[in-house]
Amino acid sequence: MKPGLPLLWRRTKERYNLIGSKCESCGTHYMPGRAVCPKCRRKGKLVEHKFSGKGRIYSYTVVRVAPEGYEYFVPYVLAIINLDEGAKITGQIVDADPDKIEVGQKVEMVFRKIHEDNPEGLITYGFKFKLAD
Amino acid sequence: MSCVGIAGYGVSIPSYRIKAGEIARVWGEEEGRIVKGLGLSEKSVPGLDEDAATLAVDAARRAVSHAGIDPYDIKSMFIGSESHPYAVKPTATIVAEAIGATPNLFAADYEFACKAGTAGVINTYALIKSGEIDYGMGIGADTSQGRPGDALEYSAGAGAAAFLLGRKDVIANIEGIYSYATDTPDFWRREHAIYPSHGGRFTGPPGYFKHVIGGAKGIMEKMGTKPRDYAYAVFHQPNGKFPRTVAKKLGFTAEQIEPGLITPYIGNTYSAATLIGLAAVLDAAKPGDAILVASFGSGAGSDAFHIEASDLIDERRNAYPVRRIIENKRYIDYGTYAKHRRKLVL
Amino acid sequence: MKKVAVVGVGMSKFGELWDYNLRDLVVQAGVEAIRDANLEGSEIQALYGGTMASGRLIGQEHISALIADAMGLNPIPATRVEGACASGSLAFRNAYFAIASGAYDTVVVGGVEKMTDASTAEAVTALGGAGDQEWELLQGATFPGLYALMARRHMLEYGTTEEMLAAASVKNHANAVHNKYAQFRREITIDDVLNSKKVADPLKVLDCSPITDGAAAVILMDLDKAKQHTDNYVEIVASAQASDTLALHDRESLTEIRATKIAASEAYKQAGIGPEKIGVAEVHDCFTIAEVMAVEDLGFFKKGEGGKATLDGETKIGGKIAVNTSGGLKACGHPVGATGVKQIVEVAWQLRGQAEGRQIDGVEYGLTHNVGGSGATAVVHILKRR
Repeated sequence: MKPGLPLLWRRTKERYNLIGSKCESCGTHYMPGRAVCPKCRRKGKLVEHKFSGKGRIYSYTVVRVAPEGYEYFVPYVLAIINLDEGAKITGQIVDADPDKIEVGQKVEMVFRKIHEDNPEGLITYGFKFKLAD
Repeated sequence: MSCVGIAGYGVSIPSYRIKAGEIARVWGEEEGRIVKGLGLSEKSVPGLDEDAATLAVDAARRAVSHAGIDPYDIKSMFIGSESHPYAVKPTATIVAEAIGATPNLFAADYEFACKAGTAGVINTYALIKSGEIDYGMGIGADTSQGRPGDALEYSAGAGAAAFLLGRKDVIANIEGIYSYATDTPDFWRREHAIYPSHGGRFTGPPGYFKHVIGGAKGIMEKMGTKPRDYAYAVFHQPNGKFPRTVAKKLGFTAEQIEPGLITPYIGNTYSAATLIGLAAVLDAAKPGDAILVASFGSGAGSDAFHIEASDLIDERRNAYPVRRIIENKRYIDYGTYAKHRRKLVL
Repeated sequence: MKKVAVVGVGMSKFGELWDYNLRDLVVQAGVEAIRDANLEGSEIQALYGGTMASGRLIGQEHISALIADAMGLNPIPATRVEGACASGSLAFRNAYFAIASGAYDTVVVGGVEKMTDASTAEAVTALGGAGDQEWELLQGATFPGLYALMARRHMLEYGTTEEMLAAASVKNHANAVHNKYAQFRREITIDDVLNSKKVADPLKVLDCSPITDGAAAVILMDLDKAKQHTDNYVEIVASAQASDTLALHDRESLTEIRATKIAASEAYKQAGIGPEKIGVAEVHDCFTIAEVMAVEDLGFFKKGEGGKATLDGETKIGGKIAVNTSGGLKACGHPVGATGVKQIVEVAWQLRGQAEGRQIDGVEYGLTHNVGGSGATAVVHILKRR
């Protein structure tokens, strides 16, 4: 199903700049940001946090059967990235040979097209990752 | 002090390359003749998820990091491109959002074929010069398309260059600007057309050469300078041949123009081409070096600049020099290139 | 709390059922369950329906009202329960509570999904709704992709191999040969799995459960009443459920489904037994890695040894613990909302000695394990032979 326009727009700043939150009570980072710290609950104090965009590959796969709207991108590398600050996030690894990806490799955030409705539709941009230099 | 200069710059070039020989193979052309005729042997190709906006963001982030300023202090954002992702909806707001410069800024897109990037830089210069703002950014970014089999297909590349201008702590001063424009139909693309049309050999003398010479002579006349007064000269580079020819006609030497000649390695990056050349020159320039810049945009016009490297240039080198960026490359075949450029209909 | 029994079970054929719509399937399963329970239908006081994505797949919501109507059960209250792929178990669990609370004494549960009316791409996208739409799906994640991320970690941390994963699929296909309701009643080999088309490395097509149409239904009754009504009941001795983060990336570990561990531990406590007492288990093998993790998280094998145990045949019929005698999601099929209910049907047949060519001898306790999404919901039930 095509995600609604406001849904794609609403977290633009966070998606473009990898902005999440940090709990000042326990020091845990969250991406996407949370309104409630699951560890501290009522005692939590969440503030906005801009991630450095650097991290390491925690796990990865090569998606060869894509959902609607991603067909043109196959095969693409999908990974869970362990950000340096401690939060984990799902994102693609771009411009890489899938055979050379390994768990533990250093990556950094890049700004790419995430999704396109159709040639006349909205383009959604956001973070992906590439292997660090 | 109303002197305006370059506080930082950034360049982004996709990592994919296709060799001219690979394109020639598909169309039954002779590689040697193409390489010699155009003065380039390969070009950059955007990834499937790259467009003028993503390249502009990458370049802009590098420029902000080079300048070391708070992006929120950037109060204008101009992006020139002939391949804006949207016909209607600005690229400038995407980039401004992605570098954290929103919402208190002036943002707009430009289109003037290959000189839309320098048009953005000139307008940034003007806003700062007038005292209206302290920092502004001008970007040239393109992922241009050439019609399959056309001569342009060998050269239409992809890249972006962002120039962050300001008054304080600049690495180079913009000492003067000059522009030259006439109505000349050398190259165009109509609304809804995928590929541009051009006048073939007409693009040469009445188009590129007349305007680049007009711009370059104009800025030298305005500044009272001669070619020998410049350490470097950067001309728009639609291929590897035209800028070398125009340099000769104007009296510049190979030593002055080769450092800023990047098209032979990445193709014509359109709105970014002149600015990437300038970035490559700034990577190497010494304090006090004078640089002449003359862009060209079909339709037609040229924006010229007289720039002088400041004393800060040595201690504030860019972390992503152009010649290192262009070395990060992987070759693709024509089939993959056709997929990347969405020439395949799914 | 009152004790509760299963007194009737039924299911439709599972597969690509081009001739039948959702209503046909649910009536086939429901009628069979009512007949199996030896009831008229008028004794049923409430209905709980489990469906994940009927709105996305066939444009039909309000499924429980539809089921009550189609089965001629109006005007009893009819409620839909949704928990992604665990919808069926959640419907069952809510029906269980409805009787345990004393509100009703006879309740029907129906699980159904009609998936093949949508294109494969539409079905894949609809199932994706079980993940985090904004932070997983929009990034290009698919369900095979998410489970592949778990498989990669499991292989890395425990040395699990693609052969071990494939063994789960091979075993489930072998079991399904004996199940007349199953979608794939043919044996396959480890090489078949390893050589099948890659979907999301390291998972291949034959590591993945299929897109299936089907329905399953069960009738629950207050245990005391069930004892008067029939000799053919099984008792529900545990019903447990747990949740976890919606997005996989927010979990501490990718090599376990924590919600499964928590629900299982609670279920064993309720039943007063340990995993060694379980003779048959229907576990959630939406992908082969899911079965390997399940047999570990449910306590049948130590963490990290599920793959080897599977390859060694310890989960086959006649092995240490028979897992997915129905053929599991992989070979019996996975009509999402029906799966949790079908697991109860299979375990009830096993405990009643009616599992035909796949019957386990002398089984006293059976377990069902149903997972929603990548593990944000897990439901475990334990049933006991009369």
